[in-house]
Amino acid sequence: MHNPERVFEDRTPGVEEHEPTASYLSYSVGLGLAIIATIASFIVAQTNLLWAPGIPVGLIVLALAQIGVHLVFFLHLGSGPDSTNNILALAFGVLIVFLVIAGSVWIIANLNNNLMPMPQ
Amino acid sequence: MTIATTRNRTLTAVPAELVHGRGGGGPAPKRIVVAYGFWIFILSDMVMFSALFAAYAVLSGNNAGGPTAPELFNLRNVFISTMCLLLSSYTCGIGVLSAERGQPALLEVFAVFTFALGAVFLFIEATEFVGMVTKGAGPWRSAFLSSFFTLVGTHGVHVASGLVALVYLMAQVRAHGLRPAVLRRLLCWSLFWHALDIVWVGVFTLVYLMGAY
Repeated sequence: MHNPERVFEDRTPGVEEHEPTASYLSYSVGLGLAIIATIASFIVAQTNLLWAPGIPVGLIVLALAQIGVHLVFFLHLGSGPDSTNNILALAFGVLIVFLVIAGSVWIIANLNNNLMPMPQ
Repeated sequence: MTIATTRNRTLTAVPAELVHGRGGGGPAPKRIVVAYGFWIFILSDMVMFSALFAAYAVLSGNNAGGPTAPELFNLRNVFISTMCLLLSSYTCGIGVLSAERGQPALLEVFAVFTFALGAVFLFIEATEFVGMVTKGAGPWRSAFLSSFFTLVGTHGVHVASGLVALVYLMAQVRAHGLRPAVLRRLLCWSLFWHALDIVWVGVFTLVYLMGAY
């Protein structure tokens, strides 16, 4: 069905494959997008462009967008086969980071709610 | 270019489980394996930062009657240092790209830019810390300030060690040229530097912008 010679390119471990991972253009696009996201978040924080209670949400969205831009354009995490393991490891890391931050905030907010009022 | 076309042909010719990087096509190049190992280290560093972020998120309201975030933070300086770090991330990526294309002179130029921008970032941060401490807003003043100095200070220490590593790596480039081993170290260093910029996105959003608006 498949010609094995064509399927397996035998290579010694450690042999470098000179494959361009990125280009000047992709870095420049990433820089442009990151600068836009940064400026947008400073504008959102310092003006009342957004409805005041929505500002934290807006800032979080802009930060996540910028982190995505960094991952794709600077760290070259893509959909290619070379990135599969890195993406899986990243997904696990994101899970742990989320559990630590959201869990701490949740637990401490709960403890604060149940605390007896302190005499001033 | 030719490698890319060969690879595309291989990709279409084989079933998914035999594709290179998913178990087929022989071992992955060392560059990929080394970068993966370093990526795991970076993620463990992120987990450590997440604990510091969690501490700051929990403690940021506990001023103990001391100075609050809007009184202490100067957003213009934060914006300048953010831009410095972002541009240094860019010059670092371009520099490593030049190195991969076998242009050590370009790498040196961009490494100098990267170092200078990182140093400006650290200088702005150090000035901010000194100013806060002389105003009596040191890490001992309140839980908010303890967690602030721990989080931002740990990031600063990472940037400083990155600058030391950059000097060390450039000395290696001078001494050995762009050997594959040196190139892999440069690649890992650029991953570290980009990751620090990602942590900084979290810092300026959570600490400075949310604290000061």
